[in-house]
Order: sequence, then C-alpha cells, then structure tokens
Amino acid sequence: MAYVSRGFHGKRAKEREDARVPPGQYLTEDFPVLSAGPTPYTPLTDWSFTIETEAGQELKRWSWEAFRALPSEEVRVDISCVTKWTKLDTVWEGVAIDTLLEGIEHGATHAMAFSDGDYTTNVPLEDLLDGKAWVAFGYDGSPLEPEHGGPARLLVPHLYFWKSAKWVRGLRLMDHDEPGFWESYGYHIYGDPWREQRYAGD
Amino acid sequence: MARAAIRGRLSWTLGDVVEVIDETPRVRSIVLDVPEWPGHRAGQHVDVRLTAEDGYQAQRSYSIASAPEDERLSLTVEGLPDGEVSSYLVGELRAGDKLELRGPVGGYFVWESGMGGPLLLVAGGSGVVPLMSMLRHRRASVGSVGARLVYSSRSLEDVIYRDELERLASAEGGPEILHTLTRSQPPGWTGYARRVDADMLRETAWPASSMPSAFVCGPTPFVESVAAALVLLGYPPTSVKTERFGPTGG
Repeated sequence: MAYVSRGFHGKRAKEREDARVPPGQYLTEDFPVLSAGPTPYTPLTDWSFTIETEAGQELKRWSWEAFRALPSEEVRVDISCVTKWTKLDTVWEGVAIDTLLEGIEHGATHAMAFSDGDYTTNVPLEDLLDGKAWVAFGYDGSPLEPEHGGPARLLVPHLYFWKSAKWVRGLRLMDHDEPGFWESYGYHIYGDPWREQRYAGD
Repeated sequence: MARAAIRGRLSWTLGDVVEVIDETPRVRSIVLDVPEWPGHRAGQHVDVRLTAEDGYQAQRSYSIASAPEDERLSLTVEGLPDGEVSSYLVGELRAGDKLELRGPVGGYFVWESGMGGPLLLVAGGSGVVPLMSMLRHRRASVGSVGARLVYSSRSLEDVIYRDELERLASAEGGPEILHTLTRSQPPGWTGYARRVDADMLRETAWPASSMPSAFVCGPTPFVESVAAALVLLGYPPTSVKTERFGPTGG
C-alpha cells in the first residue's frame, strides 16, 4: 500500500481523466529536452543512414539526399518520457522503418540504433516494423531541430522516449537482445510506458 | 563505457523527513532519514511519489544533494509556479512527515573521486543540486583533483547553498567558485554579471589539455549553450556530461 502524503490533494484533474496518459506520467504542452552530452551538429553533407550487420558489415546506406527521396509519411502520436512527462498529438514527418528494411535479407530479432555522440538503444525488431516506428526528420511542420534530435531521430512512440534515439545514424541488426546506453545504466531493457517499465526489473 | 552492475528491481521506500531548510525564497532542502537507502553516487537522482487520499498519485525526479558519505539523504527542490509535486515539497511538507522514494536512478551523470582529471562544474539555478553532491563528495575524499564551479544565478538571494559554498571555497584544497549574477547584483559586486558564455568559460574553465571532466546542469538553453561552448574550447564531447531540467519539471 502506498503511503498517503499528508496534505497532498493533487491539482491536475486532466491526468486523472485522460485514458491516453500512461501511469505515473503528467501532461505537458512543452517539449522538454533530455540528453547525456553536448548536441552534435553533423553537416548534412557528412550525414548518412546505415543498416548494418552485427559484425558491422554494411547492408544498405543512404546519403541525406537519398534518404529524403524515400517515401515518407506524416505521423500523429503521443509520446512519453521516462522522466514523467507525456505530450499528446505530436506531429512528425518520417520514413517508416519498414521502408528502410525493405528488400534486406536478415535473420535478426533485435536492432541496436546508433547515433552521433556514441548513443545507442536496443529495440526488438517487431517493435520497429508494421508501421510502428520511423526515422523522423520533421516536427510540427518544420525540420527537426538539433536539440530535439535533428537532422533525424528514431521515433518509436509506443516505448519510453529514450528509445527514440536522437541524431540516429543507423540500425545494427542482431540475433539477440543487448542493452544500449541508458539500458546499461539501470533503465529498463524494453521500456513500455503502459506497464511502467522505467528501470531494470520493473 | 562503464557497465552498471546488475541489480534487482528498485522498490519504493519510505523516508522520514527530519528537517526542511529554506535555501532561498523558492528553494528548499529536504533532509531525510531513509532506513532502507542502498547508497548512491554523486550526481544521481531519485523518484518521489505523492499519494492523495483518493489514491491519485504523482511522481517526479529530483537530484540528490547530499554526498554518498553523508549520514542523511537530502534533496533540494525548486518550487515551480504550477508544480504539482514541487509546490507540495517546498510549501507543505514538514519535519515529521514521510516521503515515498525510489532510487538511486541514473549512472552516467556521476562523479567519483578517483575518476581523474580536474573537475569543471557549470550550474544554472537549481542545476547546482547534483553538482553540490559532487562537491560534498569531494570534500569527504582525500587527495581529490582540482575543482571549479561556475554558477549562474539571477541574484545573490537566489544563490543556493551560499554559505556552504563560501566555506568550501575558503577551506584548504577547496574548490574555486565563480558566481555570475544575471539579473541584479548587490552594490560593489565584483563577480560576473551576465549569462555564462564562451568568453567566460575561456577565462574560467580548465584548459582542454588538462583533460577535465565537465558536468553541466541547468535549464535547456543554458545547458545547450554551455556544452556547445565547451566543445568549441576543445573539450571532447564525451568529457562533457549534461543534465537538464525545464519549466515542466513539475
């Protein structure tokens, strides 16, 4: 049983009623920024997106131009950060992971997303496919700003937002699961906000 | 990259509030006795959960201010105008109450004496809290590396831990502490009086050649500009660790 906090009534009626807010989260209209280090500023001419094997063998690679020439779609989703904020109805423009993996033969079950700044995060492949995840380059009608992960970030809205790796540069296909950056520091290996999987063992 | 040790699930635990300390008009420290506290490292945070009588719960994360060596756990919280949890912690909670916690959480924004390199701490407002844990940890450690804190506050009244910082700085082997007051300065103020910028860091930060470890904490625009300036001064991006809080920190 939770301890009842003397004199605490709670102000935010909205969170109590809104079925779209996962447990332990509160709603925000802002777009808070969280990252572990300085924001990288990779020029688009140096940018590429790579699908590779576990051994680092390149399977497919796009320059920024080639990436932007791929079919993209507008996505409206709710996002939840492990630091407790949830933002509803965010609008993104991105390329579906289905599109990026099309025609690539592999026996992978998981992917490790890797980013500028040495950030990584692990996601089961089935959570990236069937229209569940994108590499997003636009937010709210504008190019994605660097502090929010631009030029492009992974977007996996049904998991806590640390899985939506900022400044993403590729996916490493793996035949097993393995912790990425925050997962190695005690955060949950999967990160489902609806099951409140914030930390290891939750 | 260091891998954290495998550990069991973090459970909610109850702490006894033994003291509340008003640090500034908007900021309060909460000193807790937590019987089941597993220990922490300087820079980590905890989740705090409040429960109303009707079962409604709200959670937020707060940085730990105390050193791992301290007997009691302390958190320092800034009351935000619409902060559901922070306004309770700063305005309602008092000695004798209990507080539900889970932690420690986070293992990247962490400093331990023995990590090497001189230490550069850059704080904006209540971003000083996890950095204070590091300075307190450093005080408790023997033979520590040099440390500098560059600390931006709006006014002298907004400086958190003012007296303790002064004592730390004047102690033998204590850190160098440089204040900047961005909105108002008392008569005769000789410190900086503007936002932290690249020029200020060029004057105050350890040169990149001395392989410093930098920790930057504050609001997002502050952290963005300080971290970018440090990279410009030649700090490798991996040597600059950042922690941010925004107006929605609750």
